[in-house]
Amino acid sequence: MTTKANKFYGGVHPHEGKLSRRDAILAAPLQPLYTVPLQMHIGAPAKAVVAKGDKVLRGQVLGEAGGFVSAPVHSPTSGTVREVTTCLGVNGAQLPALVIESDGEDTECEPMPAIADWENADPKTLLKRIADAGIVGMGGAAFPTAVKLSPPPGREVDTLILNGVECEPCLTADHRLMLESPHQVVSGALIVGRILGVKRIVIAIEANKQDAIGLMREAVSGTPVDVMELRVRYPQGAEKQLIYAVTGRVVPSGKLPMDVRCVVMNVASAAACGDAVCNGRPLYERITTVTGTPLVNPRNYKFRIGTLYSTALELCGGVKEGVEVAKVISGGPMMGFSVYSLDIPVMKNTSGILLLSDEELRQFSPSACIRCGHCNDACPMELQPGILSVQIEHQKFDLAEKWHVMDCIECGCCAYICPAGRPLVQHMRRAKAVVIAARKAASAAAQGAKK
Amino acid sequence: MLHVVIVTVIGIVLGLAIGLIVKFFGVKPNVLAERLGELMPGANCGGCGFAGCADYANAMAAGKAKPGMCPSQSSESLQQVCEALGVASEERVPMTAVVCCSGDDDHASRRAFYNGVNDCVNAMIVAGGAKGCVFGCLGLGTCARACPFGAIEILPNHIAKVHAELCRACGKCVSVCPRKVIKLVPKAAPVHVFCNSPEKFPVKKKVCTGACIGCRKCDKAAPGQIVMNGFLAAVNYDNPPSAALAAVCPAKCLRVAQGHSADEAPAAVDGGQRQA
Repeated sequence: MTTKANKFYGGVHPHEGKLSRRDAILAAPLQPLYTVPLQMHIGAPAKAVVAKGDKVLRGQVLGEAGGFVSAPVHSPTSGTVREVTTCLGVNGAQLPALVIESDGEDTECEPMPAIADWENADPKTLLKRIADAGIVGMGGAAFPTAVKLSPPPGREVDTLILNGVECEPCLTADHRLMLESPHQVVSGALIVGRILGVKRIVIAIEANKQDAIGLMREAVSGTPVDVMELRVRYPQGAEKQLIYAVTGRVVPSGKLPMDVRCVVMNVASAAACGDAVCNGRPLYERITTVTGTPLVNPRNYKFRIGTLYSTALELCGGVKEGVEVAKVISGGPMMGFSVYSLDIPVMKNTSGILLLSDEELRQFSPSACIRCGHCNDACPMELQPGILSVQIEHQKFDLAEKWHVMDCIECGCCAYICPAGRPLVQHMRRAKAVVIAARKAASAAAQGAKK
Repeated sequence: MLHVVIVTVIGIVLGLAIGLIVKFFGVKPNVLAERLGELMPGANCGGCGFAGCADYANAMAAGKAKPGMCPSQSSESLQQVCEALGVASEERVPMTAVVCCSGDDDHASRRAFYNGVNDCVNAMIVAGGAKGCVFGCLGLGTCARACPFGAIEILPNHIAKVHAELCRACGKCVSVCPRKVIKLVPKAAPVHVFCNSPEKFPVKKKVCTGACIGCRKCDKAAPGQIVMNGFLAAVNYDNPPSAALAAVCPAKCLRVAQGHSADEAPAAVDGGQRQA
């Protein structure tokens, strides 16, 4: 059953630049040191259960989930805990972290028992396994998967969408995963589908990955899973846009995908779920695209969590001679974060490390809004970014809230298209931070009044 | 001839009508409120908690507010307000704002190149700003744009400086600064500690050469006049030390606030936007 995909409003189509699309996934060699952050997910940081000097094995639990919205952290290799310290996160914050010194043996600890008969297993057992394996959304948001898969009682979910869109330019990690482990993705999809009890499972892939569409169609034959080909458009990988493209349902403002009976999950997360259930292996490695024109060899690597960015770049042969690197971006060029240090470890949600050369990068000096309206045409949430940015410049945050600034998904289409070079996304982020703070203060005041 | 008579009669009738209307319906001017309004600074900064200077003056005239709530008022004008209201005038300590940071481009290191919106609050959202020290002045001029008196200048080496002569201590800069690096202090205090980082010295040293090193030399030289908050010295403004104490500071962090001379008028703020 394949229906035609819908076209969501707006969006852009940036230069794809997928340099590493034909490069098979390489296993990164063992490193002497791994810096494993205890907070790689949204929610409470994991609580360390090992101390300095402890011997650990690959796959052993280093930190337990620190709350309901949290995820455990596992050791990427065998060795000793050299330090309990902090490390730099992508957004500049200091995260609690453990430094593991490898013993070179890479001994695996006793794995969790494989649930071979998952087709008949209790969904609760499967959900518990996903929680224990520390799986989080690997597309970028890093929301703990087990929490996402536990809808509140009374909420019905009928569609599971696997996100193999990879609409971000330059990134090829999900593409390679679908080419090299299609069956793992499909078994992950079926496991997650069983947990949610859905009627329909769709793997959504953009039309620029025909090879992956062909392979996945073969892999799903004989299963109830569909593969849907979507047109090439950024930001199709955003939840709300993807749900509209696949099902035609519109997620209302301020609501979640569950409100339209959908759950969206990245293909890499689904494959990790498959691995955790079928092989009992927790999440301690992931596929990351290391790319950019300044690199000698752009590649897709399977990194252990905790490998530093500097190591990742070295493995790709470093920077070409005579090329000036202007920016290092964690993630893709549209939604990624520019980082200022290479001492950041690869985390569960690091889908890519991108280098931009001096020639590729344009530094804008913003000018006044010329009211051309290009941003209104590009905004996939149908907002008016130009007007919002003027309101925010004048600090009219309550007005911006009325104009639905909170619906902004920070996809960057408006800033990409703006001929005046205005920092529109930065303005939206500021307004969102202010509105969230004001709402928190208001709810705290309301609670205080109740007492 | 007739038209002259008609116009004259209309004029007299309308004139009488206006006179009578004013006599019976006229609003009596509140002389006291007007007088008080003239004495207010007129910046409408909102520091008193009212909607503006006129609102506060009306409230005082109606007996709903006390004099002395305006932080921007000079002591002379406060005295005049008290005289007009017929209450005993209070002595007030003139205050000024001080940017407690030495981290300009010559002293503080930068960890990143920031090219986003030219505003400290925006810069804070992106990884907490580009400067190495997470307590210091970001120097993007949020305070300067908020100042109703044009008393804050962003120096070319990216640090905010308060011109004490222009500062009326309304506290707007203190409330908008995302780093909380601006403090209101008595104008008479000669020296201040130009550092805001409570971190340990080895941490500070990496990011700023102008930081307070926590050596306590000032505390030992003038006991009771300096308060140590962990690794950061602070002037005890109830008993401020003399300007001579600045000589004992090896980090040149305790120093006299730079004066404001006539030829040193504040230049245009970076970006040129100053809201009146």
